[in-house]
Amino acid sequence: MRDLARTLAEAPVLRGLPDEDLELLAGCARNVRFAAGAWIFREGGAADTFYWVRQGQVALSVHAPGQGELTIDTVHEGEILGFSWLFPPYRWQFDARAVTAVAALAFDGACLRGKAEADPRLGYRLMTRIAPVVVARLQAARVRLLDLYGAHA
Amino acid sequence: MAPMLEAAPAAADPMRPAVWVVRARRRETADTVSLTVAPAEGGVPAVAPGQFNMLWAFGVGEAALSIGGATAAGVLHTVRAVGATSERLTRLRRGEALGVRGPFGSAWPLGLAEGRDVVVMAGGLGLAPLRGAVRALLRRRRRVGRLVVLVGARTPEDVPYGKELARWAARGDLQVQVTVDRAGRAWTGPVGLVTALLDRVAFEARGALALVCGPEVMMRASARALVDRGVGPERVFLSMERNMKCGVASCGHCQLAGSFVCREGPVYRYDRVRPLLDVREL
Repeated sequence: MRDLARTLAEAPVLRGLPDEDLELLAGCARNVRFAAGAWIFREGGAADTFYWVRQGQVALSVHAPGQGELTIDTVHEGEILGFSWLFPPYRWQFDARAVTAVAALAFDGACLRGKAEADPRLGYRLMTRIAPVVVARLQAARVRLLDLYGAHA
Repeated sequence: MAPMLEAAPAAADPMRPAVWVVRARRRETADTVSLTVAPAEGGVPAVAPGQFNMLWAFGVGEAALSIGGATAAGVLHTVRAVGATSERLTRLRRGEALGVRGPFGSAWPLGLAEGRDVVVMAGGLGLAPLRGAVRALLRRRRRVGRLVVLVGARTPEDVPYGKELARWAARGDLQVQVTVDRAGRAWTGPVGLVTALLDRVAFEARGALALVCGPEVMMRASARALVDRGVGPERVFLSMERNMKCGVASCGHCQLAGSFVCREGPVYRYDRVRPLLDVREL
């Protein structure tokens, strides 16, 4: 557990959290690996996990009839993957596929939510770290909606 | 190889087009073509990456096109078919004639790259004027610090100069990252904004030189991200695009507050142009 907590201290998204928080979070975490091409989660599936990608690249995609798999974002080393575990209905909105071999720490979503509810200060600190990532991705998605590089640009 | 100067003077009568000829044509993407053009008579003039020429498709019209560099064969331009003139230019074949005025405007300040890390950020066809800059930097590679090239495009099919980017990436002495807005499964690179790539490359921000070209929204976001990373705003340079017509600061079409983009620009220092970027009326 202490090893995992030390590892968690390296996660950019968790930087600055006190040791006791990292110990609590480590209790919900386990190391996972995915081979290149493997599905990490699928649209519509139960969103019960939150990932910190330690190595590799993940593609977030949707499947469209006649168009196949459309990648809408990628998640890279040091970044976090998965927000749907935070709020009901806890269901993945996209597919996530390992583009390369991926090593990650996987956090049990229900476990994290339980600890955050038991200790709201932990929950607040966790949210102040996850929310900026969510906001940055939302802003990036909005900018891409502008189709800046299209023919009209 | 034609000489590459920091800036080159325009011709004696800058309003009078000279007859040039297409020496080579290369399709880049579905709607984009690169042309190597040279004077019908005489040698290839001195040009500098970042400057622009006015290209005249006879009987159709004139368009401002950035200079992507020069070789002994001619000056490189990349044109995307978005209107009548540019569409005609993309259909020019080898040996066909066109009118050319220029070169006009300011160039990338490549002299500042000496001993510094250099970050090049391009959005879409913004890579066209930066390609010449990267080529020039590669010719003096040992005198430049780390060299980073970041490119954003709409889809993998829209990435310009794909083969040249692959050659650069294979060199090992520069970092090249290409991201797209959306892609199919065959694409194994990043998907997302070009600014996100800044977190995935190594360079010493303090003292770095940054050259940025692309849609203005992309340049604003990129310049902010570079400054947030620690690059001095006085060493961030943007290539501004406005409606260039005369090329010699007479007609006022390209006026940007108190500046004429065709003369003082298109390459501006970010700290000088930053106040104007937030003025919605401009």
